[in-house]
Amino acid sequence: MDSAHDVLVIGGGNAALCAAISARRAGASVKVLEAAPRFYRGGNTRHTRNMRCAHDTATDTLTGPYTEDEFWDDLKRVTQGHTDEELARFMIAKSKDMLPWISAQGVRFQPSLGGTLSLGRTNSFFLGGGRAMLNALYQTAEGLGVEVEYDAEVVALEIEDGMFLSATVKRQSGLETVRAGALVAAAGGFEANIAWLKEYWGPPAENFLIRGTPYNRGTMLRMLLDKGVQEIGDPTQCHAVAIDARAPKFDGGIITRLDCVVFGIVVNRDAERFYDEGEDFWPKRYAIWGRLVAHQPDQIAYIVFDAKSLTSFMPSLYPPISASTLEELAGKLELDRAKFCATVAGFNAAIVPGGSFDHTVLDDCRTQGLTPPKTHWARPVDTPPFYAYPVRPGITFTYLGVRVNQEARMIMTDGRPAANMFAAGEIMAGNVLGRGYAAGIGMTIGSVFGKTAGEGASRRARN
Amino acid sequence: MSAHSEALREAERLMTVCNSCRYCEGLCAVFPAMEMRRAFSAGDLNYLANLCHSCGACYYDCQFSPPHEFDVNVPRTLAIVRNDSYADYAWPRALSGTFKRNGLAVSLIAVLSVVAFLFAFMALSDPSVMFARQVGEGAFYRIMPHDAMVALFGGVFLYSCLALFMGLRAFWRDMAAGPPPAFDLASLWQAMKDAGRLRYLDGGGVGCMNADERPRDTRRLYHHMTFYGFGLCFAATSVATLYAYLLGRAAPYPWWDLPVVLGTLGGIGLLIGPAGLLLAKSKRDPVLMDGTRTGMDAAFLAMLFFTALTGLALLVLRATPAMGTLLAVHLGFVFGFFLTMPYGKFVHGLYRYAALVRYAMERRAEEAAAEAAAAGGAAKAAA
Repeated sequence: MDSAHDVLVIGGGNAALCAAISARRAGASVKVLEAAPRFYRGGNTRHTRNMRCAHDTATDTLTGPYTEDEFWDDLKRVTQGHTDEELARFMIAKSKDMLPWISAQGVRFQPSLGGTLSLGRTNSFFLGGGRAMLNALYQTAEGLGVEVEYDAEVVALEIEDGMFLSATVKRQSGLETVRAGALVAAAGGFEANIAWLKEYWGPPAENFLIRGTPYNRGTMLRMLLDKGVQEIGDPTQCHAVAIDARAPKFDGGIITRLDCVVFGIVVNRDAERFYDEGEDFWPKRYAIWGRLVAHQPDQIAYIVFDAKSLTSFMPSLYPPISASTLEELAGKLELDRAKFCATVAGFNAAIVPGGSFDHTVLDDCRTQGLTPPKTHWARPVDTPPFYAYPVRPGITFTYLGVRVNQEARMIMTDGRPAANMFAAGEIMAGNVLGRGYAAGIGMTIGSVFGKTAGEGASRRARN
Repeated sequence: MSAHSEALREAERLMTVCNSCRYCEGLCAVFPAMEMRRAFSAGDLNYLANLCHSCGACYYDCQFSPPHEFDVNVPRTLAIVRNDSYADYAWPRALSGTFKRNGLAVSLIAVLSVVAFLFAFMALSDPSVMFARQVGEGAFYRIMPHDAMVALFGGVFLYSCLALFMGLRAFWRDMAAGPPPAFDLASLWQAMKDAGRLRYLDGGGVGCMNADERPRDTRRLYHHMTFYGFGLCFAATSVATLYAYLLGRAAPYPWWDLPVVLGTLGGIGLLIGPAGLLLAKSKRDPVLMDGTRTGMDAAFLAMLFFTALTGLALLVLRATPAMGTLLAVHLGFVFGFFLTMPYGKFVHGLYRYAALVRYAMERRAEEAAAEAAAAGGAAKAAA
């Protein structure tokens, strides 16, 4: 049985819902197809917590202004220039209107508390987190009459000369063709598609853990690229952080992250250190350690620290592995005992005496004559009990996407904009975020381009 | 931690999960209180459980709630721990079993109490008085002598107050909260405001969840009606006591007089409030509930409802020959209510308030420490 709508939104996260709501508010009939089951709806939005929007003054929930220029500077810095300036500046300008708009869709914000104070000026925190935000958006969308379907993966697209005609959706009951006047693709990246990751990473990708749901398979992205939409972003790259190796393969989310490399040393399977643990602050170190571990044998490493540091960082889901001696710890980690002890002893011996430890600044605790060095926060690992966290690369998202213009309209390989195909969210994030990450920017991309795409799709479909 | 019950172990596991996420910290007091700790003793968990208002928001907001393999269900787990804690703190300890099949226990006591009053009235008072029209000052006391009423109800009330106090003391000690904050008036007042407004039955501002993830819950309104209805009834009784002892005026009072006005308004609140709460309970998503002890909630609500209903019936029909019978039934419910106060859902109010006081104290201590640290930092910077 066929069905027809003005706008078809494929995906179910923040970008998809912003598109669906704005299209519906503009008068279009809207259908949302979410591949995941209802509980897992929303892709990576489930695991988000805040969004980064420019604003001229402090508000109830933001401690100070965050100008467009400052936002642009931050974006330029984290992407190291891998961004489309025109599109990025458009997004930043539009981000100013997003906080009131998102609030008007029922999403609530709260002041940043506890461990996130450093983002209190720039980022707006969702009350209750990303799933609460999604619940509000879905409730608003359904209240407006948007049709939402779960467990509905799109497996084929009918596209002719840059013109979307229909999508084939796979359900338990079989295949169905859904026609629509315009398409909004907001179905995320391919981080949960291990086979695809292996194309770039080879067998090591088998050892990657995926921080979001298993439904971010990139099916839509693959089909769009195959149908002649221009690609953007480095296909080989993904945002990878070091997470607890005991985390589940998928959807471990925020609670498996570890941010304690500064408090000790990190060794690989061969009980060797491989990178300066004291190089920099969060978030820079947070974002590099996933890739560092990915390049180690068996894609595993161990953060080793002692009793001095146990309560110095945010607790995480799994308790550290502990032992009263370094030998015993090596045994529990199944590392070569002699080598492990030698590595720790060598590190301890290389510490320049007299440093004054302060993990809130780039302090003067460092090693000398050690390769690799630990340039800050170096304190001897000598106070039992000793602790270790096993870590693996945790993949947050991928950078490959479809190219879009300021209308969020997809650009075909011949450089012409597609007639009625729009994209929003992670599937096109590579346009503005070609590299790196800044907290909350994924949600900004999703909301701004989602709303823009929804408005454009509605206009196109109803013409 | 091996001494933990299964429910406490699960609560401990969840608090470890939640403490490494903290997305819910804006929803209520439970999560900020959790963040002040890294390890959770039984007392800590009982504190958090009694601090939880069961608003349900954290369940629907959680990315790790079932069917996720982390299986995070804070409202249900804390409901179980909370209900267990009521039995743990019961005084005397031998009566903690009343919490096991509380619905049955409370209903039985209520029925026995009503029956006892009926029989006693019929046995002890002259049928020509009991079933005749009685009006004017002292009408009630022609059926049950004033001194007997005072002795019986004063006695059971004092006993219940003692039992409640002992339970409260056990909870306070379990929380290891230090000496009671008799002089921490600021914390007591803060907790009073938080309890009086049901500040944390609000999902952090969105409203709370009951049947599903849509914040359309009405429990806050009905709880206010119940709580303030109860308060008005209590005030009515207090004013009447003052009338009796200070002014020498005996009940019944005319309809426009303060005890009757307060009691009527309170009674109406106690009809609508508990009924609304019971209805909300029937619609509640079972996944959020303890499941094994809904009888306790239902019995308490029913007790309030029938106490109010019989009280209002007595008011309306007090000038008819039915007054004697209605007085027996009403007094039976009141007596049963007093007697079961320490052994039923009533205790939640006391423990919730105590937990809120504890939370207010912790917040104040934390703020003082932060100020001291800031002052220290400023001094360091100046030096």
